[in-house]
Amino acid sequence: MNWRPIAAVVLRQFYLLRGSPVRLVPMVTWVAIDVVLWGFITRYLNAVSGGRVDFVPTLLGAVLLWDFCVRIMQGVTTAFLEDVWSRNFLNLFASPLSIGEYIAGLVLSSIMTSVLGIAVMVALATTVFHLQLFTVGLPLAGFFAVLFLFGIGLGVLGTGVVLRFGPASEWLLWPLPALLSPFAAVFYPLSTLPGWMQAIARLLPPSYVFEGMRALLLDGRAPVRGLALGAAIAVVQLLAASLIYARVYRHVVQSGLLARYAAENAA
Amino acid sequence: MTASTVRQSPAAPAVALEVSRLAKRYGELRALDGVSFSVRAGEIVGLLGPNGAGKTTTINMVLGLLAPSEGEIRIAGIDVARRRARALARTNFAAVYAALPGNLTVRENLRYFGLLYAVPELGRRIEELLAEYELAHLADTKCGVLSSGEQTRAALAKATLNRPELLLLDEPTASLDPSAAQIVRERIRALAKRDGCGILWTSHNMAEVESVCDRVLLLSRGRLLLEGDPRTLPQEYGAESLEALFIRVAREPLAALMEAGR
Repeated sequence: MNWRPIAAVVLRQFYLLRGSPVRLVPMVTWVAIDVVLWGFITRYLNAVSGGRVDFVPTLLGAVLLWDFCVRIMQGVTTAFLEDVWSRNFLNLFASPLSIGEYIAGLVLSSIMTSVLGIAVMVALATTVFHLQLFTVGLPLAGFFAVLFLFGIGLGVLGTGVVLRFGPASEWLLWPLPALLSPFAAVFYPLSTLPGWMQAIARLLPPSYVFEGMRALLLDGRAPVRGLALGAAIAVVQLLAASLIYARVYRHVVQSGLLARYAAENAA
Repeated sequence: MTASTVRQSPAAPAVALEVSRLAKRYGELRALDGVSFSVRAGEIVGLLGPNGAGKTTTINMVLGLLAPSEGEIRIAGIDVARRRARALARTNFAAVYAALPGNLTVRENLRYFGLLYAVPELGRRIEELLAEYELAHLADTKCGVLSSGEQTRAALAKATLNRPELLLLDEPTASLDPSAAQIVRERIRALAKRDGCGILWTSHNMAEVESVCDRVLLLSRGRLLLEGDPRTLPQEYGAESLEALFIRVAREPLAALMEAGR
């Protein structure tokens, strides 16, 4: 792998942000709205529960972690879609850039854009709602790592779907996090779900993160086993998503879809 | 032996592109059927043919955007199927339907593509190209707001960033006024003669092809039908001009035309 083509993909995203600062607004606005909304909900729940349970870390912390995962996924897909929207496919795929380098560039671009949103969220949640996220300690790094891997896998899979089915299929990507969130057990224990939903939830690494976080906050148990399992599933899913993407790429090159896709974009 | 040493040999000019028995099938449909040709270093070859003849299919396969069903493509001696990145690093292209991202400035685009092609001493190369293509005063302007002529110059600057040994140009003057088109043609001729770049050029403007190309390839229904000097080929086939020959290729069955040429 050559670092320069990877840097090119990241640099393009940086230029887009620098050239049009308005792109920063949605990155910051939606996460800020989420923090404010859930911050007040947790305050209300704390008040009505008489202080028996502190909902700030369990709910607001969960919102923050789930938003991190969604931002990572959307960072990958948006960086890819920028090439779709600006009709850059021919230029890009006719260059020496390899698929591995392209995906690496998308992931780094996603990190660059997601870090900004998460920084805003953490700052807001800490200063306004007194969320002490970092008191969770070392497991927090594990939570972020699992959600990062899952978000990247989902993003790579999503870009593969758009590559295979064409630009119109981008609308399949946007509701994906909302569709997964009931199964991810972000706001409630896994046991709340009916059996069939629990079975699906166990295939989703975020469910291990949020179960682990609740166990840590409410019972003080470090979720080592659950996190390890979640991480293993996330790694397998990321590898599977990368293989699917590579297979889709081979298919679109073989079938002529890639060239046609570029031509449709240019039309 | 390296490509550059081959290029310097007067006896055997280097081959920038070699296409052997190239075919593309979609089920029963043969989009390209056993096409073979080459482009030598410093040579400008026109790839002509009516719509659906297989020009774009050929170009897409050379650029690695479409996998051949059969055959082999070598850029500067490197097999595209086996060593795609290495082969594509030695080529580049400009096409009217593949504009540079309009939301980046000219300089940003050149830096972005320069990194994609891993161009050494990129900063210096960008300044050279900005001067060469008279883009210095537009360096910080977004490509989306440039005129057609300026966009074509920017696209050519991008296409020559990596000093390609093979340059693919798909109707590079299609959206230009006659004056701008003439300037572009002169620049492209200079690229071939001065830098020894092999150029594969597609155009529907036969007068332009006659004035620019050293050799033309006429495709029809996926097959390479005719090949030769654009200034003498029409007479060989009893046509008044290259345009008249083109029209015959577009309208007549292949066998009849080949019979007429015997």
